Amino acid sequence: MPAGKSNRPDIRARRLPDNEIEDNFGDMHPPLSRSEALIEADRCYFCYDAPCTTACPTGIDIPGFIQKIRSDNIKGSARTILQENIMGGMCARVCPTEVLCEEACVRNAHEEKPVRIGLLQRYATDPVYKEDIRLFHRGPESGKKVAVVGAGPAGLSCAHRLSVLGHSVVVFDRNSKPGGLNEYGIAAYKTVHDFAQREAQWILDIGGIELRNDSVLGEDVTLASLIDDFDAVFLGIGLGDVNRLGIDNEDIEGVIDAVDYIAKLRQARDKGSLPVARRIVVIGGGMTAIDIAVQSKRLGAEIVDIVYRRGPGQMGASGYEQGFAQTSGVTIRHWARPVRILGEKFVTGVEFERTMLDDNGKLIGTGEKSTIEADVVFRAVGQLLGSDLPESAAASLKMHNGKLSVSGDRKTSIDGVWAGGDCVAGGDDLTVTAVQDGKVAAHSIDRYLRGE
Amino acid sequence: MNMADLSSEFLGIRSPNPFWLASAPPTDKAYNVNRAFEAGWGGAVWKTLGEDPPIVNVSGPRYGAIHSNERRVIGFNNIELITDRPLKVNLDEIRTIKKDWPDRALLVSVMLPMNEAVWKKYVPMIEDTGADGIELNFGCPHGMSERGMGAAVGQVPDYIRMATEWCRKFAKKPVIVKLTPNVTNVLPPAKAAWEGGADAVSLINTINSIMRVNYETLTMYPTTDGMGSHGGYCGPAVKPIALHMVAEIARNRETAMIPISGIGGITDWRDAVDFLALGASNVQVCTAAMVYGFRIIDDLTAGLSDFLDRKNMRSVSELVGKAVQSVTDWQYLNLNYVEKAVINQDLCIQCGRCHIVCEDASHQAITSTVNGERHFEVIDAECVGCNLCVSVCPVDNCITMEQMTNGVDPRTGRAVSSKKADWTTHPNNPMRKGS
Ligand SMILES: Cc1cc2nc3c(=O)[nH]c(=O)nc-3n(C[C@H](O)[C@H](O)[C@H](O)COP(=O)(O)OP(=O)(O)OC[C@H]3O[C@@H](n4cnc5c(N)ncnc54)[C@H](O)[C@@H]3O)c2cc1C
Ligand SMILES: Cc1cc2nc3c(=O)[nH]c(=O)nc-3n(C[C@H](O)[C@H](O)[C@H](O)COP(=O)(O)O)c2cc1C
Ligand code: SF4
Ligand code: SF4
Ligand code: SF4
Repeated sequence: MPAGKSNRPDIRARRLPDNEIEDNFGDMHPPLSRSEALIEADRCYFCYDAPCTTACPTGIDIPGFIQKIRSDNIKGSARTILQENIMGGMCARVCPTEVLCEEACVRNAHEEKPVRIGLLQRYATDPVYKEDIRLFHRGPESGKKVAVVGAGPAGLSCAHRLSVLGHSVVVFDRNSKPGGLNEYGIAAYKTVHDFAQREAQWILDIGGIELRNDSVLGEDVTLASLIDDFDAVFLGIGLGDVNRLGIDNEDIEGVIDAVDYIAKLRQARDKGSLPVARRIVVIGGGMTAIDIAVQSKRLGAEIVDIVYRRGPGQMGASGYEQGFAQTSGVTIRHWARPVRILGEKFVTGVEFERTMLDDNGKLIGTGEKSTIEADVVFRAVGQLLGSDLPESAAASLKMHNGKLSVSGDRKTSIDGVWAGGDCVAGGDDLTVTAVQDGKVAAHSIDRYLRGE
Repeated sequence: MNMADLSSEFLGIRSPNPFWLASAPPTDKAYNVNRAFEAGWGGAVWKTLGEDPPIVNVSGPRYGAIHSNERRVIGFNNIELITDRPLKVNLDEIRTIKKDWPDRALLVSVMLPMNEAVWKKYVPMIEDTGADGIELNFGCPHGMSERGMGAAVGQVPDYIRMATEWCRKFAKKPVIVKLTPNVTNVLPPAKAAWEGGADAVSLINTINSIMRVNYETLTMYPTTDGMGSHGGYCGPAVKPIALHMVAEIARNRETAMIPISGIGGITDWRDAVDFLALGASNVQVCTAAMVYGFRIIDDLTAGLSDFLDRKNMRSVSELVGKAVQSVTDWQYLNLNYVEKAVINQDLCIQCGRCHIVCEDASHQAITSTVNGERHFEVIDAECVGCNLCVSVCPVDNCITMEQMTNGVDPRTGRAVSSKKADWTTHPNNPMRKGS
């Protein structure tokens, strides 16, 4: 390395030719052709009280929709999916099916190869957006108005179901585009092109839903005013902040929140224009860690290490996702925690300490140190509820583990306020659970508004 | 290693194995029959000949199919007529093939109008080729039947007898009558053929059928210029119908002596075992050869040969008719016999199919949960032993039917009796014997 430059991190755009980047960000699981879909659909046993349906957080009648694929009744199949899960299109792309429906598929017991439910779901739903097929209609006007904060999966799901039930909805979102993390977070190769926007638009097109972009709860509107102005409020605000590592030297240049970088990546028209480091260390063990690592690799980073403080079994990312990262050229190191960011002006590396479980099962450091050189360190150690809430009304919202505490039908501690998705406690931070929360809350709100 | 002898002799006609190609497109010309014999087929019945000038076929779709989702052909239908080539061309080719393949069975199918003079003219011409025998096509259910031939003859026993007599009169070689399944009872046609002098019957020919509708045009499918006509149905879907007819002929005292060539849906060696065990002496194949090609003969011969070895049978003839005695009338079934379904929990993959079918369509005899857990188990007190769950379970041998040999049937509360008792003596039968 030339003298004098040794301290400058190696970060630059266009590490790979444009066409290679384009390939790298193509569809991760290309859609099934008709004959592939028919063959796959034929593998489904049409189970009774199907375990896959039980495993689906939104309870899609999976044998029912697959049966309709078999009979070329694609529209009916899509309706079966979307009536339980209005984001059935996105979920077909992003659900970790290997730990949800496909894990429960009885075919695993028979031949260790589940029916590819996710891909069949995509096959059935793709035409809905491509051909803009209307499957649902707004119910007769109830005269009631509901405020939904957040146009992510939870908020859009809630808004759509409320509209079907006849209520009018105003959706507030701080971003300029709807979709939440569908638009700003999910890995690019899981949802290619403008699918997130097309899906959001299709959902909003039911009517009765007014979307107010660029409007922030806590700045442009307050929870108190929403409670005053609307008959009910649903909070689907996701997690706006990220956890810090809480170690020395964390604020120097080159330590980046993974979700921020991912949002830029998702919004970049020309992905090659994004600056990418040569050596990257990702700290964390969830889906965000996997996504930032793999996407960095696909942008041309040379060496990408994920470092996680516990073992593979404790990672938030499924075994399938871990394998996916590894075959994408990412190294996953377990049982090490960061103790210090190295570098003066810029990141040069991270110092780690080996970890282990003590006799009580508590994670402890062993004292054994090591360093990994890096040009950029990504923080991917979880997100936090945003700081927009602590205003007067919000102060009375009951919390649990730093998230909103809700009842089974997603009521918060404030009468007339519901919440769902990542911002509530007890969920597992998936698109599909956010959609289910929104749906459950909408029915609860409906009962409330009808005085039942 | 013992190797069963597959060689076959049917009406004195020898062939290296009992698998003949049925009269149909695969036997339409020398080119195909040559390839079939090269592949190892034991014999062939030449595509049905008729009078000159030859008939003409439509120049559009002749076939329709019912598929599984992996596009396996399960049922097949056709509106092809008999050969559309001049008689002389066919006869010359038959003569050459027989000369080139002396060890193979080569028969000629023929369809002629109800006029003795015509038979007198053509039968000797056919025999002159050196072919081993003649098969009378009284079965083709479409087109030819409108002209008073094929199934139009096969549906009227008197016509069968008459035409068979004419053929017999002018033929020196064996005569086989190919029967149509488009009758309510196959016994009178079989008997008529025998009385007319036939040496054997072959069955079945194809079944009247319309495949489906075209969902766009709402016309039947397939069509010729927008119009369609019923065709003949064949392939795996028709095998059970054929087996029933074969077994009826084989078990009925008045027809049991008639040698049978079994046809209908044979695709693999097990299908052949079905026909042979139910009374056929050899078998003929059409659809399977049409949809997979001649190479399926390898599985047919190897599979049958291994099967015979496993059963310690040295020749095909030992298998012929073995299952016939097990076919009877319903009224003679033992009503004291009790079976119950048993689920092997180690094999069960918990799909719940057995539960829902028994629940909705049988006797509510399979649990879906036990102690709050998903669990599928037969409730003996409800199970009537119907075999529906066995039929739908996706796992081979996971549900079996087990006989109750003693104790009390918890469903009926009656002790299981080893004594046989059938409907003929049942107290509920108003016409029971001795009542
Ligand atoms: C990098 C990454 C990858 C992921 N990959 C997957 C995956 O592959 N599969 C999967 O199932 N899940 C994945 N997830 C999780 C999934 O994206 C979330 O669980 C899901 O989006 C939660 O939906 P939500 O509606 O609760 O929140 P969000 O999607 O976060 O939506 C919240 C919305 O609220 C808005 N908002 C927030 N605060 C305010 C405010 N004060 N005022 C107005 N609007 C506000 C935001 O702008 C946003 O639009 C991933 C998450 C991340 C971060
Ligand atoms: C396209 C086609 C043409 C046929 N042509 C004749 C024929 O000319 N003469 C005849 O006796 N049977 C004919 N058959 C009937 C077959 O020989 C056979 O009896 C019937 O298809 C049942 O057997 P499979 O299920 O093996 O096809 C024809 C069948 C098909 C499919
Ligand atoms: S568990 Fe598998 S086989 Fe059963 S219904 Fe679901 S997808 Fe089909
Ligand atoms: S044999 Fe029939 S009655 Fe008995 S469990 Fe099976 S389906 Fe039910
Ligand atoms: S059908 Fe077979 S595999 Fe399915 S639950 Fe019943 S016994 Fe088990």
